[in-house]
Amino acid sequence: MNANELEKYKPREDENDTVGRRSFLKRLGGGLIIVFGVGDFSLLNAAEDLSEVDFPEFNGYLRIREDGFVDCFTGKIEMGQGINTSLPQALAEELEVDVFKVNMVMGDTLLCPFDAGTWGSLTTRTHDKLIREAAAEARNVLLDLASERMGVPRGRLVARNGVIYMVLDESRRIAYTELTNGEKIVRGLTVKPELKGPDELKIVGQPFHRRDSLEKVTGKAVFTADIRLPGMLQARILRPPALRSKLVSVDLTGAEALPGVKILREEDFIAVLHPDFEKAGEALAAIKASWEVPESLADDETIFAHILKNADRTRVRFSDGDLETGKKESDILVSEEYHDGYKAHAPIETHAATAVFEKGKLTMWASAQSPFGTQRNVSELLQIPKEQVHLKQILLGGGFGGKIYSQQAEEAARIAKMLEGTPVQLMWTRKEEFMYDRFRSAAVIKVDTGITRDGLIRYFDFNIFNAENRGTILFYKIPHHRTATHEGDKVNPVHTGAWRAPGNSTVTFARESHIDTLAHRIGMDPLEFRLLNMGDQRAINAIKLAAGKFGWTAAKPPSGIGRGIACGEDAGTQVTVIVEVSVDTTTGHVKVNRAVVGQDMGQVVNPQGTIIQAEGCVNMGLGYALTEDVKFNWGEVHSSNFGDYRITTFSMIPDKIETYMVDAMDQPPTGGGEPAIICMGAAVANAVFEACGARVTRLPVTPERVLAALKGD
Amino acid sequence: MEEKVSFELNGKQVEVPLDQDQSLLWVLRTRFNLTGTKYGCGLGYCGSCTVLMNGEPVQACAIYMDIVGGQKITTIEGLAEGEKLHPVQQAFVDHDALQCGYCTPGMIMNAVGLLNRNPNPGREEIISGMEGNLCRCGAHNRIIDAIEAASKVMTK
Repeated sequence: MNANELEKYKPREDENDTVGRRSFLKRLGGGLIIVFGVGDFSLLNAAEDLSEVDFPEFNGYLRIREDGFVDCFTGKIEMGQGINTSLPQALAEELEVDVFKVNMVMGDTLLCPFDAGTWGSLTTRTHDKLIREAAAEARNVLLDLASERMGVPRGRLVARNGVIYMVLDESRRIAYTELTNGEKIVRGLTVKPELKGPDELKIVGQPFHRRDSLEKVTGKAVFTADIRLPGMLQARILRPPALRSKLVSVDLTGAEALPGVKILREEDFIAVLHPDFEKAGEALAAIKASWEVPESLADDETIFAHILKNADRTRVRFSDGDLETGKKESDILVSEEYHDGYKAHAPIETHAATAVFEKGKLTMWASAQSPFGTQRNVSELLQIPKEQVHLKQILLGGGFGGKIYSQQAEEAARIAKMLEGTPVQLMWTRKEEFMYDRFRSAAVIKVDTGITRDGLIRYFDFNIFNAENRGTILFYKIPHHRTATHEGDKVNPVHTGAWRAPGNSTVTFARESHIDTLAHRIGMDPLEFRLLNMGDQRAINAIKLAAGKFGWTAAKPPSGIGRGIACGEDAGTQVTVIVEVSVDTTTGHVKVNRAVVGQDMGQVVNPQGTIIQAEGCVNMGLGYALTEDVKFNWGEVHSSNFGDYRITTFSMIPDKIETYMVDAMDQPPTGGGEPAIICMGAAVANAVFEACGARVTRLPVTPERVLAALKGD
Repeated sequence: MEEKVSFELNGKQVEVPLDQDQSLLWVLRTRFNLTGTKYGCGLGYCGSCTVLMNGEPVQACAIYMDIVGGQKITTIEGLAEGEKLHPVQQAFVDHDALQCGYCTPGMIMNAVGLLNRNPNPGREEIISGMEGNLCRCGAHNRIIDAIEAASKVMTK
């Protein structure tokens, strides 16, 4: 996602309106409410009555209900990453309640305070501490209330599992639920309540299974397109053959003749409606339309030359020393160029929205990683106040960055408004999902390096064309270096956006493949070479952990089986992935046998969830490493389904994925949803090189490319 | 007179107007509100719409209503016996063999079909049996483990 795009989804001045925020609290009934936020909110005086105070910045609140449950309201959403398990752990830890008594209310724009969106492996990094602080504060307030009620000094009370006991006489006790007495008590955070130390943690750091499995294995879990409303119509929208096409003429008579079909039109926007999805589709197919398609300037093969020609806005992101001096200090100079094509998000749930517009108000469920961004975009489109658009909580069938954008919600809202009173459901077909996806950018990376005979990197000139700069933090110690990005406004013929660790997989593929090339050039083991040049202690921790667990031994001559290392940084986490592959040198086929992930990610809230996220990164990442590549001719996206865009299948996965975390429970948590995926391209490419001597410099590492590299093409 | 098609759905006899252009997937989702059976690709590539027809897994998006007549259809909603989960469902819970959960009903139905055919599959047989079911979150290894575990429970 470029800066302008991101801007669209950031909170704006008017979203900090205090009236709206205060009204959340007014809506709640009795119980103890603790509000928490990222800003200076935490400095508010807890003794003050806060029910009428303006909250310039709060991101969530929790309520201890009188029935013993604790509601935690947050604008974040659940899309499979497991925060509806890990956030309750953080809460339960400090509040001293059962994890299963925590009820998460997520992403409902009426009930939850504003949140920009769920992306960037940010939830645990930003919300874990806040929730723990709020829960600790809640416990303090409850202890105060109990102390008053029981006539026992606070120091003699202890909270456990939703009950406050007197330390020396546990028969004297009072449950949380009895303490608020039907009143509403609202508090903010005091000046940083004291949190439990690493040794006192009982729930944080323990492996917890997902809390939502039962509904998901029984088919009861409700996703956006599973909403059923009386009289609801299914919508299909007339689509052009290519992006940026213009409608020249259209004949709707064929569709209009079909029974039960309703057609809505606003200029080029033509929607066909029917209670049955397939009938709507048949009507859509009966529309005759002709389009003016823009001239093609590039396709999936010529895109790299096109990028190099048009990405002419250069920015040096950071540098040190002097490149010319670095060159002079080097014995060997190596230049390489790496290519990566467009990649689709391809969640199994396509974009969907269900909406009804009644009396000037829109109620909507949408597969949206940013419910509040969607609310804003929809309200602007319909020209109605934001408060008149209510997005309701819903599960997402995968996101990976692709559901940050709100096109489908805007389309459904437009139709709902035209239908006034009749509910509409829009579920993109797989073909639409590919056409309107915001792909991971195709990119070219040029890397020029100089090393000494002893293996010390003296200079490093890294030029990224069309992939921005995420993941470029240099954890190798190199005296003379420069990292520059090259972007252009007219480079991408297809939509691009944030794909799980945006740009980082491409950047890491190029850098870590190149590092391997350097090691082999001077005949040094790739692990030894990395350790020799690495400067960052957390990066060293991660690579040593992974190499130790993998059982790395010195580099081997090609044997058909090879190992590959790749290191990277994402979302504050240092990660190393090591894989073992088998390569069939007659067919070029690559099979990954084993993957080991080592991560330094600070405090781990839910080790089970962390391991599962890393496994997901490895398996999803194998797709972009081995098979995924969007085929297109300019705005015409040829990849239209899983037959021609091959994501990871069961036969592609490693027999074994092992994930290890550096023990750093005393450090703040860093991101866990994305890091391991960034290493997959380079780890596989490096393993292929060790297996057979083929250096593939373009993703995915297809059999054809392996065979071509073997022949020296 | 309108032609009808009747079949057994999760143990109950049902009847719907016959429309040969209609797939089982959308009849389940629209007419019966059985939304556990998911749309993922519409062309039989992803397996999210897998249901059992006479105990065999089929992709509901590719099964048209004219062949459903007289068959026995089981969807994810019909798998558990009351509160008691099917061993495959239980194994998915125990192994955390899911993330977003969208592909899960199709995965489970295909796995049940696989175990109906072959109660004791080896790992390679599980992999080839599940090859047509896609998971984007990357839960594959756990799904294989869950199916192996369920197989052991079911053959005990």
